[in-house]
Amino acid sequence: MESVLDENYQEEDTQKGKFLTFSLEEESYGIEIKHVTEIIGILPITVVPELPDFIKGIVNLRGKIIPVMDMRLKFKKDYLAYNERTCIIVVDVREHSVGLIVDSVAEVTNIRDEDIVDQPLLSSGASNQYIKSIGKVNNEVKLLLDCEKLLSNQEYDIIFDMEE
Amino acid sequence: MTSFENEPMLEIYIYETSTFLDQMEQVIINSEKEEKLSDEAINEIFRFMHTIKGSSAMMLFNNIAKLAHQLEDIFYFIRETKPKVIAFSTLSDLALEVVDFIKVEVNKIKNRDEPDGDSSEIVSALVALLAQMKESNNIDSEIKKPESEKVQQYYIPQEKKHLKEPINFIKATIKFESGCEMENIRAYTVIFGLTDLVEEMVHYPPDVAENEKTTDWIRENGFEVRLKTKLALDEIKAHLEKTVFLETLEVISIEESDFKFEQEERASERIHTEPQIIKVPIVKTITEEVKEQKEPKEARESKEVKDTGSTMISVNVDKLDNLMNTVGELVIAEAMVTQNPIVASIDSDLFQKSSRLLHKITGELQDMVMSIRMVPLSTTFVKMHRIVRDMSKKLNKEVTLDLFGEETEVDKNIIEKISDPLMHLIRNAIDHGIESEEERLEAGKQKTGRITLGAKNVGSDVLIIVKDDGKGLNREKILEKARAQGLLNRAAIDMSDREIFNLILLPGFSTKEAVTEYSGRGVGMDVVAKNIEAVGGSIVVESEEGIGTTMTLKIPLTLAIIEGMNIRVGDSRFTIPITAIKESFRPEKRDIIIDPDKNEMVMVRGDCFPIMRLHNRYKIPSQFKRFEQGILIMVEQDERVMCLFADELMGQQQVVVKALPSFISNIKKIEGLTGCTLLGDGSISLILDISSITGLRIR
Repeated sequence: MESVLDENYQEEDTQKGKFLTFSLEEESYGIEIKHVTEIIGILPITVVPELPDFIKGIVNLRGKIIPVMDMRLKFKKDYLAYNERTCIIVVDVREHSVGLIVDSVAEVTNIRDEDIVDQPLLSSGASNQYIKSIGKVNNEVKLLLDCEKLLSNQEYDIIFDMEE
Repeated sequence: MTSFENEPMLEIYIYETSTFLDQMEQVIINSEKEEKLSDEAINEIFRFMHTIKGSSAMMLFNNIAKLAHQLEDIFYFIRETKPKVIAFSTLSDLALEVVDFIKVEVNKIKNRDEPDGDSSEIVSALVALLAQMKESNNIDSEIKKPESEKVQQYYIPQEKKHLKEPINFIKATIKFESGCEMENIRAYTVIFGLTDLVEEMVHYPPDVAENEKTTDWIRENGFEVRLKTKLALDEIKAHLEKTVFLETLEVISIEESDFKFEQEERASERIHTEPQIIKVPIVKTITEEVKEQKEPKEARESKEVKDTGSTMISVNVDKLDNLMNTVGELVIAEAMVTQNPIVASIDSDLFQKSSRLLHKITGELQDMVMSIRMVPLSTTFVKMHRIVRDMSKKLNKEVTLDLFGEETEVDKNIIEKISDPLMHLIRNAIDHGIESEEERLEAGKQKTGRITLGAKNVGSDVLIIVKDDGKGLNREKILEKARAQGLLNRAAIDMSDREIFNLILLPGFSTKEAVTEYSGRGVGMDVVAKNIEAVGGSIVVESEEGIGTTMTLKIPLTLAIIEGMNIRVGDSRFTIPITAIKESFRPEKRDIIIDPDKNEMVMVRGDCFPIMRLHNRYKIPSQFKRFEQGILIMVEQDERVMCLFADELMGQQQVVVKALPSFISNIKKIEGLTGCTLLGDGSISLILDISSITGLRIR
């Protein structure tokens, strides 16, 4: 019994502080490694009608059908045609599996707790709700995403309310 | 309630008890219909109650055990004395009440609540009934019980060999409250509770679990246990004080020499026995012990209970669902391989032969998995007898229920979802449909109302028909009500009878002014309709005033695999269930009609049908804008027909229905889509929900 617990702790430990970094336009983002199940190249996407534009549709991941979300569109950036560097990061949050389409994936890095700072309040007053905190790696800054929030559905309701 | 809260045991208890209750309910209702209690029925009920009593007492569900015991007593009495006068309807009412009570309690247990219902009222009613039966039949209440052999028994738990600690020898005498019944089983539970605490133990009477006759002995003299334990006297005392229905408890320390029951000591006892020492190491699991207790009983008494037991296994539905998914994927994978363009160019007879064989076997496998999940409707149908019986008694209407086609098989998942709606329809039919006796006679009908519940296969659907010969629906009243509730969005004159009758399926509609116990709350029919739609079915209401009402539920045989037609619109693929397609054609330009509101229609053999452009509906870029370029597919559902415009047909295929990812369905329910499926080339096709597409037209 004890050894099993130990293993769990260890596994949690090895994942702690590790972030998968990816880039969108000029910025670099980080995502907690524990949410990531795999990284795949772009797959043929089936468009599902009547969804917000950042949800590109669904893909067939070895018989499992998962939705994919274009992170550029999600963050209100310009659409960029997919190329060979485009990746789908498959994340698992609660029971949802969702693919995030990003420009390219960089690496897995360690970010120590003391290098992570809260997002400063921006001059506009509104901070991006999907950024949990900011991590410093060497001289670069990584925007660390809040996966739970990213995939929670509450805000979509608001979007739809506005659209309709 | 300590060591008994053991999962497998509880599960078996719940499963067994519910099965017995269901069977018993049927026996009672059948006997009631025949208006006599056959010997067989008496025996069966007796046996059910006996088993339930035993296992409930074991599990310490005392209320259930007590109740079961009372009812068992009555049937024991009937069986033994064959009384001439039986208050038949009171008896079956009470018996059903017992069944209901236990069902509720078992449900509580299932939900991990305390089974805290109070059975005392039913118990006293049963006691009164028994007394009255005895009186009216002049039968002495003493039923002789044969003398029994007494055997002393040892329980020596293993793994308890820490000999260094001090060993105490303790003698405990327990008396139960008078009238608590089943003292022997209670004594057994005491022993059971002690096994983990003691090194060794002897008790008298020794054979409490197997021998019911020890009850009297315990009642008179108390139950005596001698323990060899590491625990202190106080600890044992504290443990024993938790015994249910404990009246007196005497715990004293004894010498080791007194630990075993002396032969001489017992020789003088009223019951003559040769103490025989059997060492029973407790290595069996609890479940096994229960079985041990029950099996001989069942073997002796049951002939028909589980004749087929050895050839049946029960499997968790989740496992079947998984199997189903895997087979679904196999079917797709098989198609991916055999439909691969490279494969088509392989010029080898052997290859073609083996790929055909593969195709055949996957097909068979798929059929087999489907058939495993198919369950006859009979269990659901038979349950309705009870509802009819209860309601006709309560509402004082004589109603008979006829069944047909109950052998029709439907997917297990679907059966679960239609059971409640069916119940509701039957209740409605009796409450609202069937008139009172006087009204029926006045109308020249038989005084007994008749409800027919049936099922039949039609293509890939099953029709379930609920028909009553009651007063039928009143067109005017429905219209009036719908108008009052603001549910009418079209001129009444435009509506067919059927459309008007279907208004009763809308939320917030109830024609019954008074709310009765059973129906008339205005939620109901819409819930029924929703539940049926949830499994991909539909309801049609037909009625003729004064003659009766017929509700027809059309439900698919299975949800998992459909025969579909794949179509292409732009870059998107859609699948239409083949059953919904009437025909497909490329129209001539002169057949297309456009009205001033730009609604497009097509004339086919003199009839005019609306057209929906799928590329417009779902905003898909498509080069095919003119009807002459693409194809029209005429679909029909729920009597509504329309034509869908698509780029081209891609072919017919069996597809495995998969739900859209919950992430997407949580964001938005997309009108007209029921799910998606994988095609042979690995691409995804969206399955169109024809009933919601044709429904769109009305809005």
